[in-house]
Amino acid sequence: MLMTRRSFTTGLAAAPALVPGLALGQVPVERVFRHGLANGLEVVAIPDHRVPVATHMLWYRVGSADEVHGKSGLAHFLEHLMFKGTKRNPKDVFSRAVTSAGGNENAFTSYDYTGYFQRVVADQLPVMMDFEADRIANIVLTDEVVLPERDVVQEERRQRTDNDPGARLSERLLNRLWGDGHPYGIPIIGWANEIAALSREDALAFYRRHYGPNNAILVVAGDVTPDEVFRMAEETYGRVDANPAIQPRSRPPGPAREVGDRVRLADARVRQPSLSKTSVVRSYRTARPGEAEALEILAQIAGSSPNGRFYKALVTDQGLAVGAGCFYSGSALGDGRFGVYASPRPGVPLERLEAAMAEVAARLAEHGVTDDELARARTRLIAESVYSQDSQASMARMYGASLTCGASIADIQQWPQRIAAVTRAEVDAVARHAFDFSRAVTGELVREERS
Amino acid sequence: MFAAARTLVLGMFAMAALTPTTPAAAQHPASHSSRIERVVSPGGVEAWLVRQTHLPMLALSFAMRGGTAQDPADRPGTASLMAQMLDEGAGDIDAETFHRRLEERAIEMSFSAGRDALTGSVRTLTESRGEAFALLKQALEKPRFDAAPLARVRESVLSGIRRASTNPNSLASETFSATAFPNHPYGRRNTGTLEAVAAITADDLRAMHRRIVARDRLKVAVVGDITAAELGPLLDDVFGALPAGTSLTPVPEIAMAAAGERRVVPMDIPQAIIAFGLPGLKRDDPDFIAAFVMNHILGGGTFSSRLYTQVREQRGLAYSISSGLVTLDGTGLLSGGTSTRSDRAAESLSVIETELRRMGSEGPTTIELEQAKRFLIGNWAMRFETSSQIASNLIRIQLDGFEPDYLDRRNDLIEAVTLEDVRRVAKRLLGDPKLLVVVVGKPEGM
Repeated sequence: MLMTRRSFTTGLAAAPALVPGLALGQVPVERVFRHGLANGLEVVAIPDHRVPVATHMLWYRVGSADEVHGKSGLAHFLEHLMFKGTKRNPKDVFSRAVTSAGGNENAFTSYDYTGYFQRVVADQLPVMMDFEADRIANIVLTDEVVLPERDVVQEERRQRTDNDPGARLSERLLNRLWGDGHPYGIPIIGWANEIAALSREDALAFYRRHYGPNNAILVVAGDVTPDEVFRMAEETYGRVDANPAIQPRSRPPGPAREVGDRVRLADARVRQPSLSKTSVVRSYRTARPGEAEALEILAQIAGSSPNGRFYKALVTDQGLAVGAGCFYSGSALGDGRFGVYASPRPGVPLERLEAAMAEVAARLAEHGVTDDELARARTRLIAESVYSQDSQASMARMYGASLTCGASIADIQQWPQRIAAVTRAEVDAVARHAFDFSRAVTGELVREERS
Repeated sequence: MFAAARTLVLGMFAMAALTPTTPAAAQHPASHSSRIERVVSPGGVEAWLVRQTHLPMLALSFAMRGGTAQDPADRPGTASLMAQMLDEGAGDIDAETFHRRLEERAIEMSFSAGRDALTGSVRTLTESRGEAFALLKQALEKPRFDAAPLARVRESVLSGIRRASTNPNSLASETFSATAFPNHPYGRRNTGTLEAVAAITADDLRAMHRRIVARDRLKVAVVGDITAAELGPLLDDVFGALPAGTSLTPVPEIAMAAAGERRVVPMDIPQAIIAFGLPGLKRDDPDFIAAFVMNHILGGGTFSSRLYTQVREQRGLAYSISSGLVTLDGTGLLSGGTSTRSDRAAESLSVIETELRRMGSEGPTTIELEQAKRFLIGNWAMRFETSSQIASNLIRIQLDGFEPDYLDRRNDLIEAVTLEDVRRVAKRLLGDPKLLVVVVGKPEGM
């Protein structure tokens, strides 16, 4: 769910880019190189020679939003099963190779992508490529490994979601926001009853339909030259055939909502209630030019702590809340989300907090933001694009997440310039829509009172 | 919003998070200690510097001995609240102005109190380092502890305590600590209790500030775009005027209590949270490195540990399972935890106990030892990537009492560990394992 340069960044140019109109002066942008293989695999190399380490990530353009109805959790379940071995490299041979060189590995699933990564000493890169290329089309699954892993995923769901009232509310709220018919309304990890019914055959069918070099992007960041990366990729990934089953994909627009809605979760364990308002807005992918960047700046102005509008009004000035903020989730293949949240101080009813929240929103919608706020938000976001380059792993992650959601390398690299170019009028325009709560879904987390 | 496949939850305990159990060392000798410059300012403040010029930014970390273990017995949470108040107004700058100045320059600054030390970190663009250092100086020297921000931060801390009171992981961790270290600072919650935090006064914070924020217990590490010549005077500017500290309250040595006991904290949740531990060893123990290798094989952070294999891979009993060494100034633990299905919680615990006992009686195999060494040695370089990571690792190494050459020696120490060493320390720690176990949830059969 990432697409801004905030924990990431991009640059075809070796020279640092200059972002005009900023107190910051020069904003360096990382160098990035791209190469396409004949089988459709896109390869992106981000040289980073500070330490003799490389981050190797293979991203597939498939996520939970590509599942069919009734099979929720399948993309994530398959991700777990990708560690069960292939014919050539059975069981944990791959994992052993990673750890025996001191490397780390893991994987992740989101709505729109699935990624696998290893961080290794750079000279291990060809070995990792060989294993990962093998795993694109050759996994072997037996019920002996599939069934215990399904139990593991059920425990993962209980640990992440069912154990936590806040996480359960969040799941229900997203379901209500998008609706049952929209893939973003279904939890990535899946509904418990549907996970329980997933089979080896389901996983293999999903794998055959969605995995292939022509549905993947390889991102390598680290102590290796682009030429070496491309050559090694040709020698390993280049031997894998394209998968003819791969189809272009799209996401339905967010539901046309005429009125707001409300989801309330009462649980005896809640000791700190909370309130949130969430709306569907455009993502970087679906927005008009400049719109997503304006939303990004707006979320910063409204949501940063402790000088953001909501924190300052609700926590500092009025003393109604212990915390408050605002977010924009703009990294998605389909639409994105924008929302505000706050946690009341003891004794403050949610209705009172909600009224105060509405006042802050109305003021922003009506009067917009100030030049000073805009300048601070820009500085902050552009500085983050510098800080993000300090981490090889977050650079690789930013590129993978953005590229699988339809961005180009140039889109990513020009992000600081686009942020710098956002005007107050543009922020004010998106504020009028984003802070119109009449179609938002309100989430209430409250303590269940038992007599 | 993504679900990671195999993310391990390391350290069930707040303590484990505060005390990296990773010993330090180096894979590429030339790339580590030789890159560290020991900078001593004209005024005598020392810092370890790693100069990196690829980005116009720098990270600074510092630590001062004396953390939450210094809290008065009737005021747990004082050091933590004091740390959180340092950036809430200082000198002639009020809280709002302080935060605005940070934000205008995109300077990141944070402070926190661990069991044995106060730590802080700053991240700034090179061009803003003057402002960053000026604000840091004010925060350390002249925090205001004004009433309005104190009330606000206090409410936030109280909210966190209330939240934690029904969070099964927090509850397991706190119950474990309280049971393992009764009547000792390590048994108390770092952030305090509702009653204590409500009662802490600005004068309490000032007193704690005088005791902990002191120049003679200071460790500093700087990574980024700055030369030694530039850094020296800045160190004096920031830290030079800090006083020598008043004496710290000695933290008594304590061995884990309640070994062999089992506590169940009932909670209506679909999983049972298990926290376990037994007496371990301290960082300066001659067998620490051998124990570190042993723990890696038992339950360390890769997908091949014995606990991971037995509990997760073979039986599907849990998503996360791990163990770690906790080293504090006054004690050491081997601890671990898992979140497992309620109806098979007893089985999970039994598998864990069997694995601990097996390690204690047999030790690892030659192959396991070799694989662990290869991983730990190779992985050392991976831990020094971002500026902030490098800076905080250098602080840990300083707190552990080592010199910069430890970065190079560490891998030699790992390499030198023999099967006999690991068997000896396994027998010592796990020969007759008497676990303290805390279970939160509705575990069946327990």
